[in-house]
Amino acid sequence: MASRREIRRRIRSVKNLAQITKAMQMVAASRMRRAQGRVTASRPYADALRDVVAQLGARSGAREHPLLVEREVRTSELIAITPDRGLAGPLVTNINRAMVRFVDHESHPVRVVTVGRKGRSFAARARLNVVASFTDLGDRVTLAEIGPIARQALDDFANGEVDRVHLVYTRFITTLRQTPEVIQLLPAQPPELPAGAAPWNFEPDEPERVLDVLLPRYVESIIYQAMLESWASFYSAQMVAMSNATDNANDMVGDLTLAMNKARQAEITKEIAEIATAAGAISGT
Amino acid sequence: MATMQLRLVTPDRTIVNDEVEEVLSRGIEGEFGVLPQHMPMVTPLPVGELQYKKDGVWEHIAIGGGFIQVLPDGVTVVADVAERSEEIDRERAEAARRQAEQALTDAAAGEAQAEAQAQLQRALLRLRVAERRHEGRRPRTIPGTNGHTDTG
Repeated sequence: MASRREIRRRIRSVKNLAQITKAMQMVAASRMRRAQGRVTASRPYADALRDVVAQLGARSGAREHPLLVEREVRTSELIAITPDRGLAGPLVTNINRAMVRFVDHESHPVRVVTVGRKGRSFAARARLNVVASFTDLGDRVTLAEIGPIARQALDDFANGEVDRVHLVYTRFITTLRQTPEVIQLLPAQPPELPAGAAPWNFEPDEPERVLDVLLPRYVESIIYQAMLESWASFYSAQMVAMSNATDNANDMVGDLTLAMNKARQAEITKEIAEIATAAGAISGT
Repeated sequence: MATMQLRLVTPDRTIVNDEVEEVLSRGIEGEFGVLPQHMPMVTPLPVGELQYKKDGVWEHIAIGGGFIQVLPDGVTVVADVAERSEEIDRERAEAARRQAEQALTDAAAGEAQAEAQAQLQRALLRLRVAERRHEGRRPRTIPGTNGHTDTG
């Protein structure tokens, strides 16, 4: 059995650990609220853009736009949005696994663009064909910072290097549930007009030119939205992981305290027994 | 007076969601005005100023590029960035202008030049829009009397 001093030292270190994980839990909780707020705040923008794309996409002639036409897939690209840091429970593993599973299941070669350190290092280890990586975008990421990622996808698609682009990110469902989700980015899929909403007759009638400017923005906005959701997911996963870690540390402190008390009790019992034996030996002579 | 719904959204917030009487904007082919029951249209917006009239008062907003969708019952503006004139920090805009001018003289031809030019354009726009604070239709607040300090 470990000595009492040793146990006491472990209790102290576990208590420190619990303090740190508790602090991380609080920080993650407040960042999660902020990240969720950003998701909510960006929704009107995404919705408005989606409305415009739906309106234009429903027009005759719009379907032939190069960014909307499905073509035979020889090579595709996958943009994987992953966190920069860990300590978020199974979240990192889940998103990385989703990335590899997608690449394995496609029948054609897949090029990978990683966003975030965790995805970059994992993709390198898994020997995926990584063509670009972006890191350290942070949770205050702006639409302007998404630009280069979107441009990479749009350029590769436009000059025929890839015939389809997917995006994998962590969808935020609830604080306790986040799941990786794969969506198709290019060719863009304009949302359906809500039933009953007839397409307006726009003037001047030149949907192609408007779509030229509109679709890249639409793609950017999808990536942006996915990025914000991934951050909200990351912080809630981290909050839950840290809360579990704190609970475990506190359990451990309890177990160690019990062990220490038992050790002390045993020591006292042994001492009494020794004294009694000694006293018995003296009186016995 | 007839009104229509004006909705102006940027990626991080909704800037206007209000009943307005008129919208004035600069499209890629010059200025245009929108009154209620306007013909539907969609057009890209360059960096420029957007104005709208609400209860007879013109409000000014600097727009950093985007889209406008006009339907008979409402106008939706989807902007990359936008700032109301009263939100613009004039000193910062001025600093941005000087920086952009410096960058323009330093910049080599080509992309850097174009980027500096765009920056200057944005800075000038923000300054111009900041100047148009309600154009005297509302009593101006005199600096220093409204709890404003320069240290903020």
